[in-house]
Amino acid sequence: MEAEPEVPNPPDAAPHLVVALDDAVAVIGGFPVLAGASLSVVAGEIVLLRGPNGAGKTSLLRLCAGLLPIARGTGSIFGLDLATERELIRPRVGMLGHRNGLYSDLTVAENVAFWGSTVGATNDEVAAATARLGVDGRLQHVAVAQLSAGQRRRTALACLVARRAELWLLDEPHAGLDAAGRDELDAVLTQAVDSGATMLVASHELERAGSLAHRTVDVIAGQVHDGGNES
Amino acid sequence: MTTPTIPADNPTSNDSASIRVRGTGTTATRVLGIATLVTIGWLVAFGLGFSPADRDQEDAVRILYVHVPTAWLAYLAFVVTAGSSAMYLFGKKHSLGFDRVAGASAEIGVVFMALTLVTGMLWGKLTWGVYWQWDARLTTTALLFVSYIGYLAVRGLGGSHEQRAKRSAVIGLLAVIEIPLVHFSVRMWRSLHQEASVLDSDGDIDMDGLMLFSLFVGVVAFTLLYVWLLLHRTRVIAMEDLLDDQGLDRALDERRAEATT
Amino acid sequence: MSRWQIARLIAGKDLRIERRSKVLTNQVLPFAGVTMVMFAFALDASNVLERVAPGLIWLATLFSLLVLVQRSFAIESDDGALDALRVAGIDPVAIYWGKSLALALQLAVLEVVLLIAAVVLYGAKVPLGGIVLLVITLLTATCGLACVGTLYGGLTAGFTGRETLLPLLVLPVVAPVLIGATRAVESALGTDGVALSEGWPWIGLLAVFAVAFGAGGALAFGPLIEEAT
Repeated sequence: MEAEPEVPNPPDAAPHLVVALDDAVAVIGGFPVLAGASLSVVAGEIVLLRGPNGAGKTSLLRLCAGLLPIARGTGSIFGLDLATERELIRPRVGMLGHRNGLYSDLTVAENVAFWGSTVGATNDEVAAATARLGVDGRLQHVAVAQLSAGQRRRTALACLVARRAELWLLDEPHAGLDAAGRDELDAVLTQAVDSGATMLVASHELERAGSLAHRTVDVIAGQVHDGGNES
Repeated sequence: MTTPTIPADNPTSNDSASIRVRGTGTTATRVLGIATLVTIGWLVAFGLGFSPADRDQEDAVRILYVHVPTAWLAYLAFVVTAGSSAMYLFGKKHSLGFDRVAGASAEIGVVFMALTLVTGMLWGKLTWGVYWQWDARLTTTALLFVSYIGYLAVRGLGGSHEQRAKRSAVIGLLAVIEIPLVHFSVRMWRSLHQEASVLDSDGDIDMDGLMLFSLFVGVVAFTLLYVWLLLHRTRVIAMEDLLDDQGLDRALDERRAEATT
Repeated sequence: MSRWQIARLIAGKDLRIERRSKVLTNQVLPFAGVTMVMFAFALDASNVLERVAPGLIWLATLFSLLVLVQRSFAIESDDGALDALRVAGIDPVAIYWGKSLALALQLAVLEVVLLIAAVVLYGAKVPLGGIVLLVITLLTATCGLACVGTLYGGLTAGFTGRETLLPLLVLPVVAPVLIGATRAVESALGTDGVALSEGWPWIGLLAVFAVAFGAGGALAFGPLIEEAT
């Protein structure tokens, strides 16, 4: 493994590798969506994934979430092997993909409570998460099916907050949010990282996400070449 | 380009690099093939020629020399599929060779099941005037047939070879629970109706020496045929998988080239 | 949280969704009712319907099972919730038990309604002595059906073109339930002069089926939903 890279604001004394991918290959329907991804992410980092459409950013996030099996190469999350220990990785990871993972017939409050309960979150934590993302008050008793796209996004983020994940995988989280929502999202992410979370964010919002992130990594044609911390 | 050859009958060979195939024939299959042809020749001779016609059924009994062996083989194929599925799932190496055997056996088994049903129908029509009887064996075979079509459909769902193997192995093992349940429920059901089990064709029919011998030859001939088919089909599946892997290598190279352009 | 608590959480979630969306009451029950009417159109002779009523009840149940299973997993894959469930690292056995429980409760409601429909439409009669057998048949058969449905539903969930696989996989597997439950209900109702005592061996079959697939399904569900990309 590489020598420990420098981290701008290390939250703990001994940074350890949360994500360690070495030439990982992932395949969907015979097509190599990831054709060699090497990435090292230390705890407490926010890494921006940048690249054109179809480059493999979403697949990279899904690989790290344990949703996409690793076909070749090696990879570990929290030191757990992606090939053999995916079930152990998953509870510690939270992913916000293109879809929201919500139950459209349930209300906001019920959704956040459900996802929070799966990790044993208390009612207070659930309420706090809902308030943090601005979907409390009148909105929390509205069925998700009746919300706007931006409101659903916020609800999905509230579920993510309630789940207290150690590694956040965010696929274009700013999409669909209004300006206020984006500011709040940035605040939520910063606060989560201060509490010890690590983040991989795929985004086309280079300015906003770029200022949020500690560093940027380019994903091109399914490949990522990252030797550690370079800004 | 190197011409490939397969290591002989090695179901635990997982490494595609060690599979280099020119064709799927080897010494073992050639010997087996000749033995199969010889025994099938015997079967034709005895079944159609030397053995006598039955008192009651006359020449219709000759269909049984095919029907009984295919029934036996249909169940053997099912057992092999279930066994290979278990070996794949619970083996330490999760060797894909077992998955290929399971798939090949299922395909051959489906064919033999269809043959069993058709010969059973022909025999039934000739001896008792009806194509179909809801007796335990025919009905269970029919359901087993449909279950295996479902198994093959699951195999075709796509994904990586490991995903296909895991999915199919689980479905194959579920069949081990399912088939006895189906068998017993159908048996209980038919026993309610207390009719003569007209197609209960082994043992109920008074077969004399030569007839029994022809039946035995039939079983041996078809078993050899099954093994021969299994070997060839497993190897063809290995070749197909190898082609997929090579396709992936090419796709990887192309994708990597994209990045530099 | 213990596995059982998570299962209850998931079952509660499924049932709450049903209460909101009312798909069972507004769509599946009418569908089942229409099926019973269709049977009457198809089987024209006069007293046939009463004699075959038990069989028709269970046939309508099986067809509705397919619809209910599709629905149970459609709510998951609609917005990527099944993915989210997997990422959440929730024990697949808990998901299996939870969804099977919710499905079983909905099925039970369906079966009672179908029984009433058979009494009304086909003139089936329910003797008091047969009620115990009837209830036990309902319970054991429903458990078996719910377990099988959830298992294969998980396999075929969320991908276009995979839903058509569900009937092909499920129907051969539930054949024993159809046979056993129909015979047991025939004894309970005294259809065709079948004695009450003849029904109990079939309960044994249904119970074995429910246990076998409850256990086997719990083991198989995890690997099967795992392999969806």
